[in-house]
Amino acid sequence: MDIKLQMKGRTLIAALSGELDHHSAKTVKDMLETAIVNKSAQNMVFDLTNLTFMDSSGIGLMIGRYKLITSIGGKVCIVSKSKTLNRLISMSGVTKLMDIYQSTDDAVKSVGGM
Amino acid sequence: MNNTKDNEMTLIFKSKSANESFARATVGAFASQLDPTLDELADIKTAVSEAVTNAIIHGYNNTTGDVHIHCEIKDRTIYIEISDKGCGIKNLAQAMQPLYSGCPEMERSGMGFTVMETFMDSLDVSSTLDKGTTVRMSKTLRA
Ligand SMILES: Nc1ncnc2c1ncn2[C@@H]1O[C@H](COP(=O)(O)OP(=O)(O)O)[C@@H](O)[C@H]1O
Ligand SMILES: [Mg+2]
Repeated sequence: MDIKLQMKGRTLIAALSGELDHHSAKTVKDMLETAIVNKSAQNMVFDLTNLTFMDSSGIGLMIGRYKLITSIGGKVCIVSKSKTLNRLISMSGVTKLMDIYQSTDDAVKSVGGM
Repeated sequence: MNNTKDNEMTLIFKSKSANESFARATVGAFASQLDPTLDELADIKTAVSEAVTNAIIHGYNNTTGDVHIHCEIKDRTIYIEISDKGCGIKNLAQAMQPLYSGCPEMERSGMGFTVMETFMDSLDVSSTLDKGTTVRMSKTLRA
């Protein structure tokens, strides 16, 4: 699991690559919590383009960050092109909370970044 | 046309979260002799990951024990049995409901059983309190 963090305006973009499961979710969660606070992020984009695997632990992780970000009035969305990932994401109801985009630019625009 | 030989394997490992990827990769490698499509392979690995994670974090929660996986291939069907000798499930019907999690404070989504059910053709769970849990699933791959 590898995480690349980048700020665009007040939007934190987290690009995840590798496999996101319960084991790796702990590390990702800690890194994101720290980054959201330290960088005063208001919105967040999960870029899943380079994820090769995700199970429902990833859903738990995204919902956890969604709760944090919406509690400070921000928005969260997802970048993903994988059919398998999108099926998992929509069956768990996450698409009712955050939209899925094809590119980070569209995602950042949608949360009102820059 | 279909000359796949019936086959089986057993895998036993410690309930450490580092073994989650090992377990799904191993079952995936075993299933690959059926020439699954990438989608079928992803479905199997995801379902295995859910059951193994449950055994590790719920079954054994703060203790350690062995997780057993037994796989059989018959024709184009793979049968996967994943069991633990952990705490067991008190109310199985409730546990299997979508979005239900016994420990939401751990950031669980409660979607594990739903994922197994959706991504596999069959799912059968049996559990005895203080004795453990066994998950049986199967999937028939397209010819
Ligand atoms: N092997 C197991 N041993 C004990 N309890 C389990 C086991 N598998 C599942 N459970 C219980 O069933 C609940 C639902 O499981 P699941 O659908 O995978 O959701 P989650 O893992 O996100 O909580 C768990 O929260 C747990 O209480
Ligand atoms: Mg689970």
